Amino acid sequence: MPNKILILFAHPSQHRSEVNLPLIETSKTIEDVTVIDLYAEYPDYCIDIEREQQLLREHDIIVFMFPLYWYSTPSILKEWQDLVLEYGFAYGHDGTELHGKKLLCAITAGGSETAYKTHGYNHYTIRQLLRPIEQTATLCGMLYLPPYALFGSRTALEDGKVVQHLENWKGILDCLRHNRIDVERAETAEKLNECVKQTLGMNP
Amino acid sequence: MTAYFIQAFIYLCAAVIAVPLAKRFGLGSVLGYLIAGVVIGPVVGLVGEETETLQHFAEFGVVMMLFLVGLELEPRMLWSMRNRLLGLGGMQVTLTATAIMSISLLFGIDWRIALTIGLILALSSTAIVLQTLNEKGLTRTEGGRGAFAVLLFQDIAVIPMLALIPLLEIPELAETAQSLVAQTTDTHGHLELISGLPNWIYAMVVLGAIATVVLGGHYLSRPLFRFVAQSELREVFTATALMLVIGIAALMSLVGLSPALGTFLAGVVLANSEFKHELETNIEPFKGLLLGLFFITVGAGIDFAVLVQNWMLVTTLVAAVIVIKAGVVYLLARTFGIGSSDRWLVTLGLAQAGEFGFVLLAFSLQNNVIPADIAQLLALVVAISMFLTPALFIFFDQVLVPRFETSDAQREEDVIDGKGSVLIAGIGRFGQIVNRLLVANGIETIVLDHDARQVDNLRQLDVKSYFGDATRPDLLETAGLKEVDLFVIAIDDRERAVELAQHIRQRCPRLAILARAFDQIHYYQLKQAGADFIIKETYHAALDMGCEALTRLGFHPFRAEQLKNAFITTENETVEDMYQSWTSSTESGISPGYRELFMQQEAAIRAAMKSDRSDRHSVSERGWNPPPKGYAEEIANTTDADDIVDGNLSGNN
Repeated sequence: MPNKILILFAHPSQHRSEVNLPLIETSKTIEDVTVIDLYAEYPDYCIDIEREQQLLREHDIIVFMFPLYWYSTPSILKEWQDLVLEYGFAYGHDGTELHGKKLLCAITAGGSETAYKTHGYNHYTIRQLLRPIEQTATLCGMLYLPPYALFGSRTALEDGKVVQHLENWKGILDCLRHNRIDVERAETAEKLNECVKQTLGMNP
Repeated sequence: MTAYFIQAFIYLCAAVIAVPLAKRFGLGSVLGYLIAGVVIGPVVGLVGEETETLQHFAEFGVVMMLFLVGLELEPRMLWSMRNRLLGLGGMQVTLTATAIMSISLLFGIDWRIALTIGLILALSSTAIVLQTLNEKGLTRTEGGRGAFAVLLFQDIAVIPMLALIPLLEIPELAETAQSLVAQTTDTHGHLELISGLPNWIYAMVVLGAIATVVLGGHYLSRPLFRFVAQSELREVFTATALMLVIGIAALMSLVGLSPALGTFLAGVVLANSEFKHELETNIEPFKGLLLGLFFITVGAGIDFAVLVQNWMLVTTLVAAVIVIKAGVVYLLARTFGIGSSDRWLVTLGLAQAGEFGFVLLAFSLQNNVIPADIAQLLALVVAISMFLTPALFIFFDQVLVPRFETSDAQREEDVIDGKGSVLIAGIGRFGQIVNRLLVANGIETIVLDHDARQVDNLRQLDVKSYFGDATRPDLLETAGLKEVDLFVIAIDDRERAVELAQHIRQRCPRLAILARAFDQIHYYQLKQAGADFIIKETYHAALDMGCEALTRLGFHPFRAEQLKNAFITTENETVEDMYQSWTSSTESGISPGYRELFMQQEAAIRAAMKSDRSDRHSVSERGWNPPPKGYAEEIANTTDADDIVDGNLSGNN
């Protein structure tokens, strides 16, 4: 049985989206993938905890998909974490519902890749910046995979990078579904591309 | 008197049987009337000479039709489609008329007759094509819009054609006609005011008449309609609408202009009026019946002897007309960048001749522009090409569409492109706010209200609204019920709101209905009537007020907000049960079961409000429950973080 993938999509201004929206539309066409548009489901932020927890139970791999906002997630995804990852469900005594599942972030970042380096103007890599999510996953007993990121997203369309990004994502979803992941490399790799076992040629 | 009754009965009877049958077979109402005429005329021979007299009377339907065409011509809409209208439409009429005229000239036909034939055959059938496009849901496609632009241009072009044709009069034909007329002491012309006037005075009179229509339509019609509307007598409004159209037609005839031109002008002048839809609704049935009568008389006048004698010629002519018209439209559609299957839709859709062809034929015959034998032949060509239209549409659907199936991606864009339009019934304190939000976002709204003063006030604030009773089915149709994407019910009358929801649900099963309810019972009634989204008008306002009260009593504002949301969630959970219970309750009052459910709901809400921090199922504070005290030590002691990761890696399939 292939893995079931849950994509939690958080984008507050989708009418301006150039990368995330095509990414989500592509994801919807793929088998075993469930897409939840958080801002569409809960425009008033009243998240249905019961429903969200049930969705988590039903899937093996959880994807946070979002544009990077101030080195973190858009606010609804933080709200989602605060509400859904309850004590007794996700962590703590008896909180074992998420054990053994995988979590990863698929993000778009405005800055160039060189900016997200120790000596770049953002000083930290994406993986470093998203440490809170990594630790959240660890505490909940989940395996954290490195982020899948598109840099320079504001001009990606003009630079013609979107099509390749979409193709790569399709390949990654396929690898995720069929467990073609190098789990050991995932512990330290900066980028998801480095630890998927690709069958087809892919630009890292 | 008895003879009139019998004749009227025969005509109505033929229409009542033939038109629904024709519609069922996908032929459209115009063909239905024509068939009815053919049956009672040449086939059975029930009607005879009176058809010609009737035809003059029935032509008034055409005058009304042009009034309605004028009413639809809002300057803003015309401007937005000017390229297609003038380019596609203008070129279609010009090129087709030229091509057909040239071919007629090749056969040695007099140039005046050739030109008339060209004009007559350049027109396509608005009635058949628009109706078919509507039925197939193709009006919003590229092809549908192109076809609409061409048809609209043709409808407008009829006006100058009606003015042009009398100038093409052929003296020899006039002589023969006059010798016929002399025997029957004709009434022609002696009511005209202008006979014998010098040219400059005549010009002044004509200009004066046109000015009367334009200025009168603009300045006098509103006070008049408002005065009549305030009487709240529907039939008086109908009388006023008829008076207006007939009055203009009379004025135009008096000064020797085409009545159709006058009413068309009046229609354009009134296109922006708040009484537009009400006028349309009142004129529409008269127009429909008279046009129907007109087509019946055309059908009754078809000479089967001519068809039998010349069947080769007629068939060739029909084929030639369809090929020429289709060829011209295909080339134009290509030039204007209408692609793939849409191009074929326009091409095949507009390949027939149309009902205005009959009008022009009758008119040309009266004005001695065309000999009777050619007119007979042309009537056959027009009618048969119209008969073939459904066949062409079937050919498009079955043969051409499958070929273009791969380019479906294009069609998707069409849907996204249109922002959608909304019909709002009732523009009181509720409808107004809905309308403002929609309009501020560039969404097209059509607003109806039965209070003429209210509409007037809103018009002064630049809110596009129309006078009319939204619960009248025919008014809804003319306001565009079939074209809108959403229907908002915000009328003040409770019972009529429910009836309206029922009616729309029946008429347009897939149209989304958003309705405003006054209270819980009204909510259930609207739900039962088929509304998709219902909101109680006071609900959210009252909850906000309650929330404010809680805050002022010392609750933290965010906590008060949470409590409010918990209230809504809990109530929503039971609404379906309560509704079921309500539907089974009797006329006499609320059933005991309903009362019980209501009490249960109240208890559930009270429970939800309880702020027991340790209760994981507290709805109001769910998610901000802190973990129990001492949980951190528990995690540190019992599960080493590394263990979790290790266990995870190995346990992972």
